Amino acid sequence: MNGFKYLKNGLINENPTFVQLLGMCPTLAVTTSAENGMGMGLATTAVLIGSNIAISLLRKVIPDKIRIPAFVVVIATFVTIIDMFMHAYALDLYKSLGLFIPLIVVNCLILGRAEAFASKNSVGASILDAIGMGLGFTIALTILGSVRELIGAGSIFGYTIIGGAYKPALIMILPPGAFIALGLLIGLVNYISRKKAA
Amino acid sequence: MNLFSIFVGAILVNNFVLAKFLGICPFLGVSKKVETALGMGIAVTFVMTLSSIITYLVQIAILNRFGLEYLQTIAFILVIAALVQFVEMFLKKSSPGLYEALGVYLPLITTNCAVLGLAILNIQSEYNLIQTIVNSLGAALGFTLAIVLFAGIRERLDLADVPESLKGFPIALITAGLMSIAFMGFAGLSI
Repeated sequence: MNGFKYLKNGLINENPTFVQLLGMCPTLAVTTSAENGMGMGLATTAVLIGSNIAISLLRKVIPDKIRIPAFVVVIATFVTIIDMFMHAYALDLYKSLGLFIPLIVVNCLILGRAEAFASKNSVGASILDAIGMGLGFTIALTILGSVRELIGAGSIFGYTIIGGAYKPALIMILPPGAFIALGLLIGLVNYISRKKAA
Repeated sequence: MNLFSIFVGAILVNNFVLAKFLGICPFLGVSKKVETALGMGIAVTFVMTLSSIITYLVQIAILNRFGLEYLQTIAFILVIAALVQFVEMFLKKSSPGLYEALGVYLPLITTNCAVLGLAILNIQSEYNLIQTIVNSLGAALGFTLAIVLFAGIRERLDLADVPESLKGFPIALITAGLMSIAFMGFAGLSI
């Protein structure tokens, strides 16, 4: 596999959200707007790149039996760094993502990539894998955030798209909207991939 | 806030799964049958209550005292992982029956974000030890309630005629959305 294939793998073929259905909690919780979705996606990508590099470098040192706790500590370290970084430089985003920043630790996407990829591959490949998976996650969250923001508030990234007589359906920004929007989006992805296969 | 309103609020109004989006992975993953959902719910209740007590003590006795609050995430996840392992070993020795019933679910709980989320929320809300225990018990029961109800609906969904593209995961999400709307009704509860 060359570099491009790793990227495409994360972005499309094995998209963490739409295909692998990993990391559902932040996906549903923070996508109340396109901006929040993208912020969460990028924060997760940063942690993923850091943890993939560290775990790939340490893959011959970490004993097999205690690899999961070791991975968790590595991931938690990077999450703490990102947490402090966002607190210092992106306070608004930090406040709106709130609890879900420390909870990046338990995002199964990150532990999943550490176990399935970084612990078996070279540093270079692990970085590309992290970028592909991270961007796939970011794009999925941004799409979901945009859909919810558009229907629920009539705007995307804070810019009004449908104004005037359109009365926003507030339910899309509230918790039920997250479940329903994601369900329909995954249904749409399934529909497209079935059409392609047929 | 009195203890009763914390308790009822945690079960119904701020339901962990349907209002706060914590613990979605097991909620969607282990909810195909009512029996397994109940097993997961009990295991989570057990671990959540225990872990929030221990993380509370860790926060007060170690992190706050030595000014190490920034290590919260790392410390808590280690406590939870170790606790889950310990509970597993303890149950294996002391009550094999319970171990048989909960065994498969226990390792899954480490990556259940509801456990870590609850521990952090308890600290953020500045609850004391009693309030922490009550809130944890309520949150865990709320999780159990949601996952068991959801499993009941999903058992019936298997027999329903669902459009091909929506089969499985998507229809489960939409169902959860409808349940979430129903639970929003509790928001008007003034306690």
